Amino acid sequence: MKASKDASQLRQKQMIAEHYSRLARSGETGEKSVYTFVPGNLTELLRSFDLLPVLPEINALQSAMRGKSKEYIAIAEKAGHSEDVCTYVKCDYGMMKSGNVGPTGERLPQPDLLLLSYTGCFTFLKWFEILREEYSAPAVMLHVPYQADGRITESMRRYVVHQLREKVIPELERLSGRAYDEDRLKECLTRSARAEDDLVAVLESAKHRPSPIDAYFGGVYYVGPIFSAFRGGEEACAYYRELRQEVEERVASGLGPVTPEGQLTRERFRLVVEGPPNWTHFHEFWKMFADEGAVVVASTYTKVGGVYDTGFRHDPEHPLETLADYCMGCYTNLSLPTRVDLLARYLTEYDADGLLVHSIKSCNSFSAGQLAMLRDVEARTGRPCGFIESDLVDPRYFSAANIRNRLESFFQMIDQKRERATA
Amino acid sequence: MRAFVGIDLGSTTTKAVVLGEGGEVLGRGITNSRSNYKVACDVALCEALIDARFGRVAAGFLGERAAGGAGERSLAELERRFREQQYQHQLDVFGQRALAHAAANDDAAALRPALESILGAMAGETAALFAEGAERKSDFFRDLAGGRFLALAEAAGRGGAARFDRLAGLFDKTILEVENLPAGGDSFSTLVRAALAAMPAPPPELPAAVERATAAPLEIERSVGTGYGRATLPFPKDQIRSEILCHGLGAHHLFPRTRTVLDIGGQDTKAIQVDERGIVTSFQMNDRCAAGCGRYLGYIADEMNLGLHQLGPMALTAERTVRINSTCTVFAGAELRERLSLGEKRENILAGLHRAIILRAMSLLARSGGVSEEFTFTGGVAKNAAAVGALRELVTANYGEMTMNISADSIYTGALGAALFARRDTERPAERGEAA
Repeated sequence: MKASKDASQLRQKQMIAEHYSRLARSGETGEKSVYTFVPGNLTELLRSFDLLPVLPEINALQSAMRGKSKEYIAIAEKAGHSEDVCTYVKCDYGMMKSGNVGPTGERLPQPDLLLLSYTGCFTFLKWFEILREEYSAPAVMLHVPYQADGRITESMRRYVVHQLREKVIPELERLSGRAYDEDRLKECLTRSARAEDDLVAVLESAKHRPSPIDAYFGGVYYVGPIFSAFRGGEEACAYYRELRQEVEERVASGLGPVTPEGQLTRERFRLVVEGPPNWTHFHEFWKMFADEGAVVVASTYTKVGGVYDTGFRHDPEHPLETLADYCMGCYTNLSLPTRVDLLARYLTEYDADGLLVHSIKSCNSFSAGQLAMLRDVEARTGRPCGFIESDLVDPRYFSAANIRNRLESFFQMIDQKRERATA
Repeated sequence: MRAFVGIDLGSTTTKAVVLGEGGEVLGRGITNSRSNYKVACDVALCEALIDARFGRVAAGFLGERAAGGAGERSLAELERRFREQQYQHQLDVFGQRALAHAAANDDAAALRPALESILGAMAGETAALFAEGAERKSDFFRDLAGGRFLALAEAAGRGGAARFDRLAGLFDKTILEVENLPAGGDSFSTLVRAALAAMPAPPPELPAAVERATAAPLEIERSVGTGYGRATLPFPKDQIRSEILCHGLGAHHLFPRTRTVLDIGGQDTKAIQVDERGIVTSFQMNDRCAAGCGRYLGYIADEMNLGLHQLGPMALTAERTVRINSTCTVFAGAELRERLSLGEKRENILAGLHRAIILRAMSLLARSGGVSEEFTFTGGVAKNAAAVGALRELVTANYGEMTMNISADSIYTGALGAALFARRDTERPAERGEAA
């Protein structure tokens, strides 16, 4: 069992190492790199031009997990970036100023292009403005309309496709020196859909009792390949196929998730979590849940790079339209009522005990409205909702004692509610 | 008799409540929290048990007499003299240790006589400190002794007897040590007998009532701990509850129609919504910053050289409310000094400070789901009349007329909730097993 679990993990590690190594060698090989963001990333399109994606958000969170973010943020603050600025940005900036050494210890290439798909986060604009200045790199922007009314209209789709045709693709053609090849894109999209099917099966496995996975702390690893450089590739398909098999075996054996503390033997609380995790104290944070037997059965953060469990799949028959739909459908691009719908649905479908919001101090885009959402979910589902706060990659905002205090209260609140239900 | 104990280990004070079999409160105890949490818990519990004993003395003694009048005065005198004995005992221990430290100091020759003179003066003041009607700045030995010691040390310094900083250092070193000494078990019997002996004319039935109360056993069946320091409490995990739940249940017990609870403690402000059974449905706590909590008032009291107890009454005499920043305690201190230098009256500034902390609480209340009828205010700050006044005004302005409950024992709400959990756990062991 353990060996098979390790297989997908090892595979992922290998994929990441190879990607960073390819990036590091790009100076010699002449491969071009494109910096872009997780929500609304056009990985299949880049892949069809043989361009290498670099995801600054992933680099920032990796820096935090390696204990480097404090130092990087200090560099950015010294350069004049305020304490209130998104800490991903500052961490990325500090890393860039420190030689741009990536998570594997190899130097990342400078961007040949900044591909800004604006998907719900206005900080993305400022972030790439800074990078454009620093690297003197060209930038192309894809403006993705916000789903204000909770749906994608035909004109919205046309608007995105038009930009893809008129702005993004010509820029990628210029950079790569080759023509847009729709057949190659379709092949990539076919592989994407295959991996997405397997990912959804993995995420939905949490409907079992006990859940074989933790869909938040474990979930962030599971979405890694599909949210970053690997969607549309054969290696991602192999990874998700393998992961799905492993998870299915866990279900068959009635096993719960593996946490940093080992196999979770007793599932006491099933939670839905809204908001990204804290990366600087990731394991400590996870342990606070694991110690109480709390398993996250669904999370919205694992949907920021694409919401697949409501039916969307990349569709090779309509390559540009499907990219448009993908971008518009990312969790960051959804309206508050749509997010509330999704959370309420998760609580019911995954038979969760409560909702926990982890709000991010330096992320105005994602955190705005979370308290109102919490109230709505509470009113609609009648399930206990809790609220905690820290940050993405700034270790100064992770107050372990305060978070533990609130978590314990939240878990005990769920317990009390259960006692009342059985009394 | 079986008893259930709840202990609330807060950032500023540690509280204990002892409940009887029927859920009635037998005793309450409080002490300042200190570096040794176990000692703080022991002292608070010891105080609660003393309170319970006094309750028994009162029941036994008054049961044989008509209520009110002379009987109650005698009991009050007994308790006052008990506290005097207790203070004197603590002062003796403090004095011995301080003298030992002084002897080890390179300035011993000057320090020792100065210290002896200070200790002598303090011992001489004890009777007046506990005289009928005397006002004390605090109930805790650290504050009472500290206030006098430092004032006398300052005078000694001015007079050239010894350096003030050396004496103050001696106090800090000794009080830390004395405070963290293990609590002296059930010291009730010795001290109460001494108190009785010190009464010039105790009523004839009182000694027998004291003896009966001292002799009756009190068996602690189960204890539950809560509060900020609960993780370090000397209890197993299933005997520890979050203070949110304890405050919710405690407030519900005091005022069964409670739906919203506001607790302002030393470093936490909690806004809690409870259902008709006292079960928490939602809560919010201050994050990242404790401006606007009890410590804020403590800091302001220090800045103004006042006792914490004096702030509220002084603010109530304000003619107007000065607008004060509430987002940072240290900035508020700076603002306070600036206003004072501009000639603003202390009272008016204090009124502004009280309003400022309540404004922060209002924001938490709103975040937790608002204020619903009935509204119960708990925690140390609920003892402050100016804070209560500001809260009442702002709640009425934002949510309309509301029944606002404040118990005289509001500071014990968390400990009460914990004791109720202890009692309930014993009644329903099956559920406890399930929850563990």
